[in-house]
Amino acid sequence: MDILITGLLLGATYSLIAMGLTLQYGVARIMNLANGEMLVAGAFGAFWVFSAQTLSPFASAVFVVPGAFLLNWLIYRYLLRPLVRRAKNRGTLEVDTILATFGMSFAFVGIMLLVFGGGYFTYSYLAEPYFIFGSPFGLNRVVASLVAAVICGLLYWGIHGTRTGMAIRAVAVDPAAAGLVAIDVPRISAFSFALGGAVTAAGGIVLSTFLTMDASIGVVFTMKALIIVIMGGVGDVRGTIIASLILGLAETAVASLIDPGMTLAAAYLLFVLVLLVRPEGLFGRRHS
Amino acid sequence: MRCRTVLTLAAVAAFSVLSIGTASGADPIRIGAVAPKTGPLAAGAAITHWPNIQLWAHQVNERGGLKMKDGSRRKVEIIEYDDRTNPGETIKAVERLATQDKVDFIIAPYSTGLNVAAAPVFAKHGYPQITATSITDKIPELTARYSSIFFALGSTTALAGSVAEILSKLREERKIGNKVAMVNVADAFGIELAEAARPIFKKAGFEITYDRSYPLGTQDLSPIVKGAKASNPDAFVAWSYPPDTFALTEQSKIEGLEVKAYYTAVATAFPAYGGKFGSSVNGHLGAGGVNPDTPEMQAYFAAHKKVTGKQADYWASAVTYATLQVLEQAIEAVGTDRKAVTEHIKKGTFPTVMGPWKFFNQSIDKFWTVGQWQNGVFYGVASTGLPGAKPVITKTGW
Repeated sequence: MDILITGLLLGATYSLIAMGLTLQYGVARIMNLANGEMLVAGAFGAFWVFSAQTLSPFASAVFVVPGAFLLNWLIYRYLLRPLVRRAKNRGTLEVDTILATFGMSFAFVGIMLLVFGGGYFTYSYLAEPYFIFGSPFGLNRVVASLVAAVICGLLYWGIHGTRTGMAIRAVAVDPAAAGLVAIDVPRISAFSFALGGAVTAAGGIVLSTFLTMDASIGVVFTMKALIIVIMGGVGDVRGTIIASLILGLAETAVASLIDPGMTLAAAYLLFVLVLLVRPEGLFGRRHS
Repeated sequence: MRCRTVLTLAAVAAFSVLSIGTASGADPIRIGAVAPKTGPLAAGAAITHWPNIQLWAHQVNERGGLKMKDGSRRKVEIIEYDDRTNPGETIKAVERLATQDKVDFIIAPYSTGLNVAAAPVFAKHGYPQITATSITDKIPELTARYSSIFFALGSTTALAGSVAEILSKLREERKIGNKVAMVNVADAFGIELAEAARPIFKKAGFEITYDRSYPLGTQDLSPIVKGAKASNPDAFVAWSYPPDTFALTEQSKIEGLEVKAYYTAVATAFPAYGGKFGSSVNGHLGAGGVNPDTPEMQAYFAAHKKVTGKQADYWASAVTYATLQVLEQAIEAVGTDRKAVTEHIKKGTFPTVMGPWKFFNQSIDKFWTVGQWQNGVFYGVASTGLPGAKPVITKTGW
């Protein structure tokens, strides 16, 4: 039971890390390697609000989320749109954006070093036990899972229940065909990319309540997000959620029952297995 | 065209100001510095390494520069490179400083791994390498191989041995029992310490009830803390790195891991650790420690805060600063001849912020090994022969 709950809490954490990338990669087709840096930037916002303004770190969402949305929209509009225009097919676009965002991640790290300095950013918020079935769990992790559930729920509803969502799904499936039915593909792509960035930054706020961050830690989150998105199937919110939970449960089970040293191995083994059995991911579509 | 003329004029003006600036005094002594500004160790370097270089250069230049043998004053100029926590980059940057920038001296890099990686290059070009942040049991081999390397922070076995001694003493005083839960980060430092500690703990008669490692960057350490708690230990020892030191402590607090002796390794001495957990870490043991009550340390802490805007840590910060003091005094004594400076460091005695320093076989043999948070300050409680150690207290709840 302990393993189940701990695993679910960790899985929820992972879904926060990966959800933004799903939107950016799945819809806007940008394999954003600077995704982790956006998460760290969100975390810094929360840290600043908590330590300098002595407010709840969640209050930082008021400016971090719209700020991240705007910033990502600008990034897409001015840095990535030229690549999208130039790309002849999906393959070249992926290679180009991987290179471009890889470079961007270094620039972000540099900017964050300048602005926030290079030290560790850590604070205590809701670091108290919360009892579920008699076992203590970190209240901040429980809150993080609830936030993750809300964000995932909203995204799922937004994508499957609204007109814009339908357009997003259409672009995810086939940008060319979506254009034929009068969907403004560039606008939807920019919107998805910006939304993805905002979700990632929101994830950063939540994660900062229990993870110790520094300016160069972003790449750790990018790697995790990459695995989850590819495991879940590109462009499917459900796949990302399921993959996150599976990964969280598997890592916790291995850490508790076998050896904590094996968690990474278990995660990658799972990843390899999924790739072998379903190369398109758990919920991915087979390319015809 | 007009614009260009103005620019040219401006450039000429700037250039002449520059040349006047340097012509008025002796040439500055150029000193290279290579350490992480990005990558996994960047945050540690930003706390322990870079601020001390800034502080030292500021103080030297404020005094008017280094006082050379011939009575002249020479300022120092620092040339910094980021090695991205990558040993290959460290080597390249040291090579570049020596051959292209042709600097007079190079400050030793940050961390054990990066220092060991760069040691052959320092030795090849004959630059003294006074390390402040490398801990290893290979000091005799390394100093025998490289005549220009110096160690100041101690050895792995001494660090682990001191922990065992403290636990033994607490056991003798019947404050704790026999059971130790031990975890380590699966990275060079953690593995080496865990391997050194296992036989020492066994020899001291302790029963290791839980012994596990976890990968660097693990996002959820609660299974480890749950496992350690289930083994019902009297003492908890973690050979940990900064992010997991924070995470283990927070998780232990949440799980209510009640032990009388609680030890985490690197980062326990960081002011951020005390800042984050406040009074709940009273009695926590950790790697390092200093004697913050000496007038030298008091002055150092105040200057560090004033010049860099940050608080110094309670371990390697002062040691890093002391190595720069050694370099400073050696240059003032014998000039910028690197060979003479290296020889002088081997023989001389240097008054530093850590007290008088004399290198034996190129290493400082008196260093702090264990510190403890007591009422908001991290005091040294064990060392290899330094004065001023505080008595150890037991941890009382969270």
